[in-house]
Amino acid sequence: MKRAALFLLARSWLLVLLLLAWELAARRAGDLYFPPPTRIVAAMRELWWSGPASRLWLNDRALDDFVPSLSHLLVGWALAGVVGIVVGVAIGLSRVAFLVLDPVLQFGRAVPPPTLIPFFMVAFGLGTSMQLAAIVFGVVWPVLLNTADGVRSVEPVQLDSARVFGLGGLARLRYVVLPAAAPKIFAGLRVALGFALILMVIAELMGSGEGIGSRLNAAEREFRPDRLWAGIMLLGAVGCVLNGLFLLVERKVLAWHRGARRSST
Amino acid sequence: MLEIAGLGHRYDDGHQAVEGVELHVARGELVSIVGPSGCGKSTLLRCVAGLQRPSEGRIAVGGRPVDGVPDDLAVVFQDYTRSLFPWLTVRDNVALPLRRRDLARAERRQRALDALAQVGLDGTAGKYPWQLSGGMQQRVAIARALAYRPALLLMDEPFGSVDAQTREDLEDLLLSVRGGADRGGGPGEKGGGGAPGSGGAPGSGTAGTAGMTILLVTHDIDESVYVGDRVVVLTGAPGRVHSELRVELPAPRDQIVTRGLPEFVKLRAEVGRAVRRP
Repeated sequence: MKRAALFLLARSWLLVLLLLAWELAARRAGDLYFPPPTRIVAAMRELWWSGPASRLWLNDRALDDFVPSLSHLLVGWALAGVVGIVVGVAIGLSRVAFLVLDPVLQFGRAVPPPTLIPFFMVAFGLGTSMQLAAIVFGVVWPVLLNTADGVRSVEPVQLDSARVFGLGGLARLRYVVLPAAAPKIFAGLRVALGFALILMVIAELMGSGEGIGSRLNAAEREFRPDRLWAGIMLLGAVGCVLNGLFLLVERKVLAWHRGARRSST
Repeated sequence: MLEIAGLGHRYDDGHQAVEGVELHVARGELVSIVGPSGCGKSTLLRCVAGLQRPSEGRIAVGGRPVDGVPDDLAVVFQDYTRSLFPWLTVRDNVALPLRRRDLARAERRQRALDALAQVGLDGTAGKYPWQLSGGMQQRVAIARALAYRPALLLMDEPFGSVDAQTREDLEDLLLSVRGGADRGGGPGEKGGGGAPGSGGAPGSGTAGTAGMTILLVTHDIDESVYVGDRVVVLTGAPGRVHSELRVELPAPRDQIVTRGLPEFVKLRAEVGRAVRRP
């Protein structure tokens, strides 16, 4: 208990100190563009957390903003995950597929995803399809390339063992190849989760008419720097929470990996 | 059980690993293969296991030509840290190959537990391989092979990466799981026939593993004599069969007693000479 408290203290003192310094500096400067954190929090409450306690104080505007943003982010990320893993496994398993597809993939990965958003707008119009396309295209690469790399680097002895003991293609994939590649796949998925948040916001800023990004646009038009900052802080918090949740899952699924690595050193 | 005729393998880079290997192994026999390093022992084993298609010659297991991995064959690799799956528990590692055996899940688990008990690993079923010592991990690999109940078991320097004491324990384990305690020393021609468990080996649960044919690759001359019914010596690269020696040591074999017998000393000297002067 005491150790947990100390740990928390060690992790948070700098954050608290910086917030305090920011608060003081911002109050002293009195600059409209740089509101103190308390003002930002007030703006956040006013924007999204003025609802009833039964809904975690979320108001209607919060639901209107968060639901499309988060659902696009998560659905786009999940779709990219599935596509990335499937294509990555295919490339990892087949030398021919790798040789043929690698140049294409290297090019695709090199295209900065936001530049495609105007195209997606023309192709899909404003709305969910455009957003999903932007997110999927932007975040599929780390998953795909990491999966291919992970699949290619499965221990040959493990594959030999699987073959000797008669595990056919699908069983080998499920019980040997995918678990062996899982640490790299998870690394790719985590990077992709961060990218997904970025692309979600960019797509919304470029004009999808809904979501947290479009709330930022509105704050700019209304000349409300405090609301702009509120959106920025909210997005930062969303990123932290998503990453934290992902790490929790990863820690559970890859417990064997951490254990095996610890015991081999 | 195993027929190898005119086996040769040349790798893509031109390296001739083995050449003109002839070998016949009878059902129930334990044949040790020794040779200087780089004599193609492992290549030979991989060809028998169907993991590698030899560039020439024929291999038949149980009368059927090898084309892909034969059904009733298991392998214990030297590198247990890489051949076991670290994401599966010990029990699941042993049970996984049984998916192929048309058994219900409960039966697979039970057979895995039995095999673990057979190699002296009760109580480790729920652990992960990396939580065990090297010797115990190799026992898991052996249990995995035993649970599979293969007709032919290939062992590729299985005790090469464990300490000397563990190595002796594992050698005795190998002798006991095949009912070795009451075999060995059989007369020349029939020595390989090995009717399993003529007297019922005490304390060695041999259910389903007696009568197993075993091909053991090793670089340890003492080991090849101690566990084998027959020792096959390969020459240096490219590997060919240099000579074969029948081991007629009395059963039960014992690390201290057997290794002190004049017959053992004579055999290991013969094998040693054959390995060193090809």
